[in-house]
Amino acid sequence: MIEIIQNLSRWAVPVFLLFVPLYAILRGVKVYECFVSGAGEGFAIAVRIIPYLVAMMVAVGIFRQTGMMDLLSGVCGSVLQQWGIPPEVIPLAIMRPFSGGGALGIAAELIDAFGPDSFIGRLASTMQGSTDTTFFVLTVYFGSVGVRRYRYSLAVGLLADLTTFFASVYIVNRVFM
Amino acid sequence: MINIVWVVMIVSGVVLAVVQDSPEIVTQATFQAAQAAVKYALMLAGVMSFWLGIMKIAEEAGLVRGLARLLRPFTRLLFPSIPSQHPAMGSILMNLSANILGMGNAATPFGLKAMGQLQELNGNKEEASEAMCTFLAINTACLTLMPTMILGIRISAESSAPAEIVGPTIFATAVGMSMAIAVDGIFRKIYRRRL
Repeated sequence: MIEIIQNLSRWAVPVFLLFVPLYAILRGVKVYECFVSGAGEGFAIAVRIIPYLVAMMVAVGIFRQTGMMDLLSGVCGSVLQQWGIPPEVIPLAIMRPFSGGGALGIAAELIDAFGPDSFIGRLASTMQGSTDTTFFVLTVYFGSVGVRRYRYSLAVGLLADLTTFFASVYIVNRVFM
Repeated sequence: MINIVWVVMIVSGVVLAVVQDSPEIVTQATFQAAQAAVKYALMLAGVMSFWLGIMKIAEEAGLVRGLARLLRPFTRLLFPSIPSQHPAMGSILMNLSANILGMGNAATPFGLKAMGQLQELNGNKEEASEAMCTFLAINTACLTLMPTMILGIRISAESSAPAEIVGPTIFATAVGMSMAIAVDGIFRKIYRRRL
């Protein structure tokens, strides 16, 4: 089962690229012209995102590099430890919604330090694979259309992240303990 | 909310730097992050161009519409505010498929295309519409079948069973996605009442 999913994921892009243009040309679509006209929008959208991205990434950068995020991790860790959650994974949980690259770095460190088949290694793997970088997604997606007021989006995203975190802790405990 | 979060991140970080007497950290972090933002946008420009080109072909061939029609019963529940023949539906489904299948960098271009089309339906161009909020709720907490990146790390760390976390990941993301959809529905009702 897992092997099937793994192969599905590996082959998705090439199969998609094989199927779509072939199917289109058989249906009489002028594929090359069509591709170019679609691709033309790409650059403008990317440029439109820049101010939003700079605003968010600078704030996250300051928050992270001054050590404020570690401080927050420490406080949360001491609370969550009472519920049987290992404090080692708290920095990962805090980092996850802010920075995908940062979280991946922490996950890789944890896997390296405790071993991929340890409890913490498995938990870190599940957490890292389980959710997207909420702040980043909101910034890029809303930025691309110039929406400045996010309404309740951030609250929903962060609540979902929290849920995914607890679901990861629960399932890893359940499956591997 | 985003305003408060933004200010808190910056102010708390700067205050901590001042307390530690190391203001240069702030300067450095600022420049690094600003540069990284532009670098990411340029990288995205290439990827975006490519996938939007492919998407246009799929659209012209009628594939996107076909996908939208196929999943119509499911999407009507999630996005009641999008008209049934609107192209945004197709882009949303392409984005979610790419996310679920782990097609890496294809998901963002499809998603941004969807946002553009949702913006056409949006009455207030500066504020997120209900459909946008639902779309991003699902998008930030999307079901994942194959966490490709972390599998690579586990393999290179010589795990005896690198794929054993796939099952737990599917479970955790399914729970997270259900929660996102539920919370989005609740917040939407609360927000409507307030207006």
